Amino acid sequence: MSWLDHRTGIETAVRNFLYEDIPASSGWHQVFGSIAVFLFLVQAFTGALLAFNYAPTPGDAYNSLRYILTEVTGGHLIRGLHHWGASMLIVVVVLHMTQVFLYGAYKKPREATWMVGVVLLLLTMAYGLTGYLLPWDNRAYWGTVVATQIASHIPLVGPYMSRLLGGEGAIGVVTFARFYGLHVLLLPPATALLIAAHIYLVRKHGVAPAPGDEAKASKKFYPRQAFTDTVAIFGAFVILFVMAVAVRVPLERLADPTDATYIPRPDWYFLFLFQTLKFFDGPLAVVGSVVLPSLAVLTLMLVPLLDRGQVMRVTRRTVAIGVAALAFLGWAGLTAAAIATTPKPDNTVAIDYGAPTDWIGLSPQELAGIGYFRKENCASCHGLAAGKPRVGPDLANVPIKKTAAWMIEHFKHPAAMVPGSSMPAIQLTDAQLNALAAFLLKLTPGNAEALGNAPDFAVQAGLLYQAKNCGGCHQVNGVGMKVGPPLNGVARRRTKTWVAQHFANPEAMSPGSFMPPYRFSQREMDNLVAYLFTLPD
Amino acid sequence: MAAALALPAAVYLLIPPKLRKTPEWVEAGDVSNLEPRAPVEMVFRQNRVDGWKIQSEKTTAWVVKLADARVVAYGPQCTHLGCAYHWDENRDHFVCPCHTSIFDVDGAVLSGPAPRPLDRYETKVENGKLLLGPLRQAKEKS
Repeated sequence: MSWLDHRTGIETAVRNFLYEDIPASSGWHQVFGSIAVFLFLVQAFTGALLAFNYAPTPGDAYNSLRYILTEVTGGHLIRGLHHWGASMLIVVVVLHMTQVFLYGAYKKPREATWMVGVVLLLLTMAYGLTGYLLPWDNRAYWGTVVATQIASHIPLVGPYMSRLLGGEGAIGVVTFARFYGLHVLLLPPATALLIAAHIYLVRKHGVAPAPGDEAKASKKFYPRQAFTDTVAIFGAFVILFVMAVAVRVPLERLADPTDATYIPRPDWYFLFLFQTLKFFDGPLAVVGSVVLPSLAVLTLMLVPLLDRGQVMRVTRRTVAIGVAALAFLGWAGLTAAAIATTPKPDNTVAIDYGAPTDWIGLSPQELAGIGYFRKENCASCHGLAAGKPRVGPDLANVPIKKTAAWMIEHFKHPAAMVPGSSMPAIQLTDAQLNALAAFLLKLTPGNAEALGNAPDFAVQAGLLYQAKNCGGCHQVNGVGMKVGPPLNGVARRRTKTWVAQHFANPEAMSPGSFMPPYRFSQREMDNLVAYLFTLPD
Repeated sequence: MAAALALPAAVYLLIPPKLRKTPEWVEAGDVSNLEPRAPVEMVFRQNRVDGWKIQSEKTTAWVVKLADARVVAYGPQCTHLGCAYHWDENRDHFVCPCHTSIFDVDGAVLSGPAPRPLDRYETKVENGKLLLGPLRQAKEKS
């Protein structure tokens, strides 16, 4: 016995763990439990990393998450792993339960193992519910409003639940603290404890053998099953990593309790519950929100007591297969119905606030400048972002900024201002060249890439705004005249429909207005209204 | 897998975040009536990028007109372990109360554990007003 083992017993413990007897029938169908434990550890690790840069208060949560996404190196990846890891954990836990259910592995003497597993499923869903609020964007806010309202409608205990979740009155700092506390302080140790209990029970009773397999000589967990589990975990991790890198997790705009146009939807795995709520009206609403889900959980919990028959081969368990298939079809049908009945919001352009949004601070003239920059294809010779060197100078990194007047002369007569320049003259009006120069003056090495990637709807809106000379009467981001009202904050004052109608007939919408009517195409109107509604207050 | 998690974690925690703001010049005060070799503690407000916030906070600089009429501004912290030092008029020295580092009026270390002269702000004077840029460390004494 080695020195270390003599003092800690660690080698013996590892040996006992690896050389556990398992049934000869064990194989690929039993990998999901291991994957779930692994994913839980990934969630704990990435969650801790996120917490190092995150402030759990409504005032700061959104900005700190934006900081993680736009400024911290690797922030997108860590958040991606955490976000997709959560979804994947739900999938894997459900697959694990389905496998156990189909194989009848919950039967005597493994009833308690199953019940602990059901509680672990509920905990996994509780993470989803409490974590949903933490980004504090519109999606998070409205999703949580609905969730806390459901809790408050539970008969008898509703008001207390509401008080416990801090959701009494309105969602705010208290709700936030409670959800965050649950998510990071209470749920993880509870989960760890229950996982330990679950694994202890699995070890106590042994991995469930296939019927007729009990008598066969069993094999050891190591090496065959250990290898199988490792390969499965590796496969799951590769999928998770690719999703975290390739599929962006969007961040919506900051939570806005006054936004009447927002359509709240829960995360995909709760959509079936959401859809169920629609079938029950009035006093029956509680059936959909509380009674049915509670019955479902209770039934799930009591499965081992309801089905006490002999263990049979999985292929002969037609009733179990039927129940699982029906449950899946029911879930899939409700989820599909929820997706199908989600209205497509009008005039809404999805802006990813998880990417730099420096363009929001530009004046419309500068935004129009980006439009001319794109139209004239300036990027074919001039770089804005790091990349391969181009023919012309990199406009973000020119050491000495020229004046607008110099630039405009240079646009018109390139070779006259820079002898030997091979740049062709730009055929634009003076106002358009002015806008182009205004945009170029805004460039810094820090913002060039973000400005270069400004979304097209905003650039198109900037071009239209400039073409119609809206700045002759209105101010945006402090630029323009003050004859009419400043347009920052219009999202708080008006609805999108009101603004669109106002363009068509200003006098009808605000009597006494001397703004001329504008006839825009639907696309122009959509772009302009969407842009005005993204302006900061 | 451990590497695929540990490497992003290391990058995430150790690489400084992207710079959001280019350093700006901040007005510290009027230096037209400064007496030569008589340091003055100037208090001014400065914007500092602090994680996801930009904090406007009070900062101080010890400003002194040297013998050659150059105006220099020292960062307010001792270069040893960051305590706030002060000007001792009787001894004509900057004195740090923590570990008794002593600096000359030109910032040089006279005695004590301080490893390098006082840190200096980049400075420029416009219309008698002192403008401060980023704080720069002097080389460590050998």
